[in-house]
Amino acid sequence: MPISRLNAAAIAVACDMLLCPALNAEPVTPLPADPGESYQATASDEAKGPLRPAAPAFATPGNAEWSMPGANVGLTRFSDLSDIDTANAADLKVAFTFSMGVNRGQETAPIVVDDTLYVVSPFPNILYALDLTKPGAPLKWSYDPKAHAASQGVACCDVVNRGPAFANGMVFFNTLDGNAIAIDAATGKEAWKTKLADFTRGETITMAPLPVKDKVIIGNSGGEMGVRGWAAALDQTTGKIVWKAYSTGPDSEVMIGDQFKPFYPQYKGENLGVSTWPAEMWKQGGGTVWGWVSADPDLNLVYYGVSNPGPWNSSMRPGDNLWTAGVFARDIDSGEARWFYQWSPNDRSDYDGVNENILIDIEWKGAHRKALVHPDRNGYVYILDRTNGEVLSASPFAAITSSLGVDLKSGRLIYNEEKKPQTGKTVRGICPAAPGAKDWQPSAFSHKTGLLYIPHNNLCMDLTEVEVGYLAGTPYVGTDVKMMAGPGDGSRGEFAAWDIMNGEKVWSIKERFPAWSGTLVTAGNVVFYGTMEGWFKVVDAVTGKLLWQFKTSSGIIGQPTTWRGPDGKQYVAIVSGVGGWSGAIVAGNLDERDGTAALGFVNAMRDLPDHTTKGGTLYAFSLD
Amino acid sequence: MPSRSTERILALSALALISTSAVHARELRVCADPNNLPFSNQKMEGFENKIAAVVANELGARLEYVWAPLWRGFVRKTLNAGICDVLPGVPEQMERLTTTRPYYSASYVFLQPAENEAVTSLDDPRLATLKIGVQLVGDDGANTPPMDALERRHTTSNVRGFMVIGDWGKPHPLRPIVDAVSSGEIDLALVWGPIAGYYALTVSRPLRITPIPPEPDVHLLFSIAMGVRKDDNALAADLNSAIERRRNEIDAILDTYSVPRTTLPSAKHDEEVSP
Repeated sequence: MPISRLNAAAIAVACDMLLCPALNAEPVTPLPADPGESYQATASDEAKGPLRPAAPAFATPGNAEWSMPGANVGLTRFSDLSDIDTANAADLKVAFTFSMGVNRGQETAPIVVDDTLYVVSPFPNILYALDLTKPGAPLKWSYDPKAHAASQGVACCDVVNRGPAFANGMVFFNTLDGNAIAIDAATGKEAWKTKLADFTRGETITMAPLPVKDKVIIGNSGGEMGVRGWAAALDQTTGKIVWKAYSTGPDSEVMIGDQFKPFYPQYKGENLGVSTWPAEMWKQGGGTVWGWVSADPDLNLVYYGVSNPGPWNSSMRPGDNLWTAGVFARDIDSGEARWFYQWSPNDRSDYDGVNENILIDIEWKGAHRKALVHPDRNGYVYILDRTNGEVLSASPFAAITSSLGVDLKSGRLIYNEEKKPQTGKTVRGICPAAPGAKDWQPSAFSHKTGLLYIPHNNLCMDLTEVEVGYLAGTPYVGTDVKMMAGPGDGSRGEFAAWDIMNGEKVWSIKERFPAWSGTLVTAGNVVFYGTMEGWFKVVDAVTGKLLWQFKTSSGIIGQPTTWRGPDGKQYVAIVSGVGGWSGAIVAGNLDERDGTAALGFVNAMRDLPDHTTKGGTLYAFSLD
Repeated sequence: MPSRSTERILALSALALISTSAVHARELRVCADPNNLPFSNQKMEGFENKIAAVVANELGARLEYVWAPLWRGFVRKTLNAGICDVLPGVPEQMERLTTTRPYYSASYVFLQPAENEAVTSLDDPRLATLKIGVQLVGDDGANTPPMDALERRHTTSNVRGFMVIGDWGKPHPLRPIVDAVSSGEIDLALVWGPIAGYYALTVSRPLRITPIPPEPDVHLLFSIAMGVRKDDNALAADLNSAIERRRNEIDAILDTYSVPRTTLPSAKHDEEVSP
């Protein structure tokens, strides 16, 4: 599929109006056929002119420290460090390693504060603190939350944990069995532990908490188990719940009141979290909050995405199914909802809406807008006004057949009814497949290049005949879900550099498997990400040229971070160890012959065991 | 592979004591849910517990339990992980394992208070307004079959769901849908027959059970068998012989639990499983 560059004519017109310097118009070059190679662009070093988006002032870049998975509450995952750059990245070497002690999917982000590195393992969710002042970064202390083993049985997609976050002297993290925990960073002692989720009802917690102001924001997992989704704010000092807002149900429980000013008419009305469902289906309405939370302390708003509508098949729940598969903006202090936007009304393809909302400031049609950018499961990169939830644009970043587009006037996703799943009916070629064009794996934004770096999937799915199964002694029929590579050369993943303002890909690297790791971008104009085969890569943020790669011991689905060590050197780290939903065939020892295992993912990932085994190791790299 | 957690069972009858006193009794390792009545629980109170004991007795085998909840991925985590060799209570049509001949067939049923006029058909106009309960599987894209029938009739506005996994921290996680009929929270449940039969006995309000009549392209009837690993034909053959020879006892157990049964021809051919 050819990559289109910024249209030269459009630039010329825009530049005439805005008096910007001329940009070179490069000819279009098709992507090479082999996965793993990158498209060699020849763009200028920095995007020029007022069209480039900016990071808000509060989105403090990572520097000597990296205090939370997203680097800052705006989730930019950008570091000011430029010691490692395009000229020397090829000289990176392993500096130290650490075994996580359990070989399941490693989704954590290593955070670094005050010369100490913190990571959380998959279940049993041990928090480790490594002393970076000593050679080999030895273990300073560890904290074992003694999580209940039974919680592993109800986790849908491997027993992952997306990492800790630091604020005000404390390290915050969550456990699979439903606890939020605060640890004194200096001593490793528990400051408080608050039980938030009930795993005996299928409710777990896997997400990384977001500390903001004096609170920490946390949400639950388990939508397919009939759990009702919620987000809560806990007091950082005491661990007490300050507010808790459900994702379905009456306004009082969803915390929708007179502060709620949504942009689109379909969100205005009373108790829509009840009336957009038949009967009382909202009670098992899903809408869990297992992904990313961002915040704007100036607007005093938190932003988080909500998952899909629980265990009900879409035909059983006609209606928009509010407030699922969308994004909430809430007052940080009171939890009162300010606005909401729904990515996928009456979701029919498991397109959870929990992906990151990265906060950016942009010039849009001549006006300054406080915005957010969000690559969704449904295949569109959205730009929203983060003050009111208006959709400014929605551009496809992957193959899409399940919908025809987003109507900017109504804000609604326009479905392709030919690709609607129907019980007992074969529907082939639904794109994106259920894991979406992008799942939880977080993207990164560079204000230097103006680009969004998106690790993502290229997957479609067929829904074929019924399959008989049973759970808890009760027989049922399900649809055979088989996933496969989307259109193209068979690549199931892609790492793309995305021009936010123009809504198009600038360069990309195709990957054999979904690019399921997070990414980070620096002022040195380098981007880091990992592949499911286990390669940890550094790529030129402007051109997409591969600068260096290192084969870690197992597939990578974690989040890279970077900091300055006590020795003054810049370090980059990643935890390697495949698993999660996409890696289930390895982490869960699934039978390759059963393509419908792991909810259909196995068919698409049959060859993964040929390329990686289980693992669990933190790698930190530096120059010389 | 070693069993994770095992429990030894002595056979139930005096006859069994004699027959299992052999020095080299074989072992029959069964995976069962520790909290899944009426099928099984750790106190052996379920009918699959009782049937497994009869079958083990017939084979002269020592029955060993490996407790594993029947949740998402359980076939892979139990049978295919080799921690046990038999999964009782499996729908015959499941493709991931080899099944024996079925030992009973049952249907999804209408469950309602006995004093109400019987609902006997999915086309009954009352279904549009009665409060209906269905079981929710909690696996993406999976329905309990009566939901397919409701979907095609666009009967959705009066339907409530009851998760099959339920609250497993307490006993009887499958009972809430029956309690809901008894209490009047719902007027009608479309529920798997054995669950209705068993729990209807436990509530004080008399309840009526009516099989849901056949519906094109909807699997309301299931024949239930024991499952073994795909290649374990020898064990399947042994289990078949045991089930056949102790058929009357197995039927008697199912009677005690009020499992409402239907007759359904087995899909299995005799040649496939003869010893």
